[in-house]
Amino acid sequence: MRALTTTGAPRRVRAIATAELRLLVRNRTAMFTALALPLITVAGLSAIGFGENGDLPLGALVVTMLAGFTLLYVVYYNLVSAYVARREDLVLKRLRVGELTDAEILAGTALPSVVVAVTQVVLTAVVAALALGLDMPANALLVVVAVVGGVVMFVLLAAASTAFTRNVEMAQVSTLPVLFLCMGSLIFSGVVVPADSVPDAVQDVFQFVPLTPVLDLLQLGLTGRTADGDTVGFGASFSAAAFPLIIMGLWIVNGIAALRRWFRWEPRT
Amino acid sequence: MAEVVEVSDVRRSYGDYEAVRGVTFSVARGELFALLGTNGAGKTSTLEVVEGLARPSGGRIRVLGHDPYAGRASVRPRIGVMLQQGGFPADLTVTETAAMWAGTLTAPRPVAEALELVDLTHRAGVTVKQLSGGEKRRLDLALAVLGRPEVLFLDEPTTGLDPESRRNTWALVRTLLDDGVTVLLTTHYLDEAEELADRLAIMHRGRLVRTGTVAEVVASQPATVSFALPPSVPRERLPELAGALVVDDGNRVEVHTDTMQATLTGLLLWARDHDVELRELSARPASLEQAFLAVASSPEERDVEVAA
Ligand SMILES: Nc1ncnc2c1ncn2[C@@H]1O[C@H](COP(=O)(O)OP(=O)(O)O)[C@@H](O)[C@H]1O
Ligand SMILES: [Mg+2]
Repeated sequence: MRALTTTGAPRRVRAIATAELRLLVRNRTAMFTALALPLITVAGLSAIGFGENGDLPLGALVVTMLAGFTLLYVVYYNLVSAYVARREDLVLKRLRVGELTDAEILAGTALPSVVVAVTQVVLTAVVAALALGLDMPANALLVVVAVVGGVVMFVLLAAASTAFTRNVEMAQVSTLPVLFLCMGSLIFSGVVVPADSVPDAVQDVFQFVPLTPVLDLLQLGLTGRTADGDTVGFGASFSAAAFPLIIMGLWIVNGIAALRRWFRWEPRT
Repeated sequence: MAEVVEVSDVRRSYGDYEAVRGVTFSVARGELFALLGTNGAGKTSTLEVVEGLARPSGGRIRVLGHDPYAGRASVRPRIGVMLQQGGFPADLTVTETAAMWAGTLTAPRPVAEALELVDLTHRAGVTVKQLSGGEKRRLDLALAVLGRPEVLFLDEPTTGLDPESRRNTWALVRTLLDDGVTVLLTTHYLDEAEELADRLAIMHRGRLVRTGTVAEVVASQPATVSFALPPSVPRERLPELAGALVVDDGNRVEVHTDTMQATLTGLLLWARDHDVELRELSARPASLEQAFLAVASSPEERDVEVAA
């Protein structure tokens, strides 16, 4: 019985994800957001010399920026739109009268965007390694945790953000607070400007923004550089990771709580 | 256990508006039970809590022996649901939609078979947004039967269908009943309830006002005996007849009676003894429509409307 339910869940999630992938491919705006926007943004910012004076070598800088923008556009923004669109079309309500659990519905809907996002990060890392001199990561485990944790966090934030997004058009506005804060964290977390040129008060605030732990863990994992700008070895990188991991964990726990409390499965009547 | 669906004193509120106000009924295995009511009566609100979509604000529900909300995992693989409104992504084709749904079910029929059942095979490659309202309804029905359910919940299954599709849907529902499927459906079509229901309830303003077989529900209403007297016979000469006398203009007379046989016997014996020819004589048992209209225009409604 247990074996049956565990083999059942991946199959059900795959069914939803397949349908969702078809819908993604057929939606030009979403396709542009998913495939081109992060690349264009990072290429554009690099071209105007963004991050030249920062602490990171070019390869690590490009990978970190791309991971950040991918999480924001492909995972967060795209999924707020997708969840709201499915809710307003009563698709979520219909899925809920079937055998799927609530978590499977949310996961299946998110899966295509998540796969696109992770693939982009991996491909960018490969290109950076080949062309931009990205060294072997100082702690590969932290890089993986940063990406996986970041995905989970922004899927949850997207689902929670649907509570204050009435329709798909409104997603363009309702996502701005999270998008702006997280872009601020790209600027102030030592990725594009040196950590010691950012006022402490600003750094103190931005360390709590959801994207910051992802960026901190990526820098740490890729180059061994901490949020304060020091460089540490493999062993010490774990203790330097503790604080961003806690912040990430808190966002995930809060995201789940917000989802449970405020997520609506059908349009407001 | 013969009762597949048991609903007792169920209530459902939206904010401080109570849409379902203490509803009790049960559906036996292999039976079709119809909830009949005007728009806004509370049929959908009732059906949704029975399907386990929401928790009722009061009362107790069992579907196949389980609480449909808390025991969702045990109940869902055995039921099929057709909601009042579809909920399909507009950009998927009919086949893709059905295949998606099949992928979420434990033991689905082949997709092609389900589409064949509802006569949608020729539309298989068309996107949902290009379907007519009736075709979407049939796609919905296809998904509801895709998992070979033991219990089927249908919320207004034939609204928006053309007459031929309605007949086809009825035929499919009857086939499923013959296979032992239990069906709970809502409708505002009297003929649909008369055609399909083993038992039905008339719902009005959140309550079940009548419950029983069509015959039982109709029996709550008086039969009508009507005739015309010849001009030479004034109405005053009629004997005492069982039932209420409702006199039309002219010479037509209508009697509403709960004892049609006694009324007719009295009338016909009098006519024979006095050599009166009753013209246009007819005796009609009550109809479901009559029972329905009597409920829909009940004084309670007028009171509420005045108060509102
Ligand atoms: N989500 C909701 N929020 C508030 N009121 C609702 C909601 N759904 C239905 N109602 C109200 O509850 C009553 C019963 O509605 P419904 O169950 O849809 O009736 P029916 O299916 O018989 O037409 C109506 O007055 C309707 O306006
Ligand atoms: Mg309804």
